[in-house]
Amino acid sequence: MGWTSLIPMAGDEVGYHAPGVQSFHYTDPGWTFFAQGSWLNTWINKSTLQALIAAILVIVFWLVASRKLKIVPTKGQFFSEYVYDFVRNGIARDILGPDYRRYTGYLVGLFSFLLINNWFGETFIFMYPTFSNIGYAYALAIMTWVIYIGAGIARHGFGKFMKKSLLPPGVPPYLWILIIPLEFLSNFITRPITLALRLFANLFAGHLVVLVFVVGGWFLMTYPSQSAATEMNLGYNIAGVISIVFSFAILALELFIGALQAYIFTVLTAQYVHSSLADDH
Amino acid sequence: MLVTLASSPAELLGPLWPHQWSEFIVGVVLMLIIWIVVAKKVVPAFEKMYAERSDQIAGGIERAEKAQAEAEASKQEYQQLLAEARQEAAKIREDAKNEGARIKSDMREQAEADAARIVAQAHAQVEAERSQVVHQLRNEVGGMALTLSGRIVGESLDNDDRARRTVDRFLSELESQGSVHS
Repeated sequence: MGWTSLIPMAGDEVGYHAPGVQSFHYTDPGWTFFAQGSWLNTWINKSTLQALIAAILVIVFWLVASRKLKIVPTKGQFFSEYVYDFVRNGIARDILGPDYRRYTGYLVGLFSFLLINNWFGETFIFMYPTFSNIGYAYALAIMTWVIYIGAGIARHGFGKFMKKSLLPPGVPPYLWILIIPLEFLSNFITRPITLALRLFANLFAGHLVVLVFVVGGWFLMTYPSQSAATEMNLGYNIAGVISIVFSFAILALELFIGALQAYIFTVLTAQYVHSSLADDH
Repeated sequence: MLVTLASSPAELLGPLWPHQWSEFIVGVVLMLIIWIVVAKKVVPAFEKMYAERSDQIAGGIERAEKAQAEAEASKQEYQQLLAEARQEAAKIREDAKNEGARIKSDMREQAEADAARIVAQAHAQVEAERSQVVHQLRNEVGGMALTLSGRIVGESLDNDDRARRTVDRFLSELESQGSVHS
């Protein structure tokens, strides 16, 4: 009996597969609409379907909500108004001031799309946050990037916007060589990357933690049925139950983090647009 | 070093390199569609409703202000009416007082006049009675004197003009003496 038998999850090649990056890849869902191996079949995977469903949900929700708006709100309208106001007043108007109207559409859509996709990580059937695939996070970050740069150029013209973005007022000329690359890096490169990474990493890590507790907990709870080992171990089974129970707390935390990340992404988008529109740096 | 270890960006970046670039494209396309729908359909509907709502609230405030102004005006009117009524009441009271005083003085005057009239009447009556008594007395005294002097003289002087004249003269003298004495 080697030392590895004390650690049920290590060196057990038969039963336990530790959750990892490969847990996020659903390239081949196992069922196919399209020919196996065709590009459509590899494209349409779980995350794509989730993104599609989320987009449909967002669009349907807002179209239904905006259909018969009453001055005195009904119960349903009260809810949709609450969400709309949360973004419109709490984010767009607070940060953008009088320019908020133009960007409210993007911010409302962005927030609701992010929120639904993030909460898919804790929803039955889905149980998988779409944005734990960094491709989607990059997509939204690039859109925000285009929007805030476009807003700046539309407001100030290309030359003035670049000067404003790259050269804060009051910098002495001998520091220009230092400041201009730094400002370029921070305003045009780091911003979208940090946006995407923050979103992705939070959801990726959160989902990974949930997987560890659930997969590991299940393995321990049913030990040794999934293992090469044969002897019973009550301690492992109890630890497995505790781990499964604890995973519910982690799921609740993930709900909160999902909402928080949707909020942060939206707030930062508004913030970047504001800094592009602002007259002084 | 890294380059020799990682043969592709996917190996180098791990989960930071999109597993499939289709995810990126799908993300952009979906977000674009959501953006267009929300910005074109949803935001205008909500903003229109908000504008109507704030209009209605502003209208409500305006109506309330108008009502308040009306109330203020009617209050002033009421107060003015009240003041007028008070003034009028004071005037009526004053008039009544004056009238009362006038009536009182009128009545006093009348009473005085009545009293004077009654006194005068009484005076006149007394005078008339006195003159009547005097006249009667004179006749009786004259008669008695004639009778007495007739008895003394022994002849009747009843139908005698001279005797009458004598009696009258005597009485006149008596009267003038009385008036001197009295």
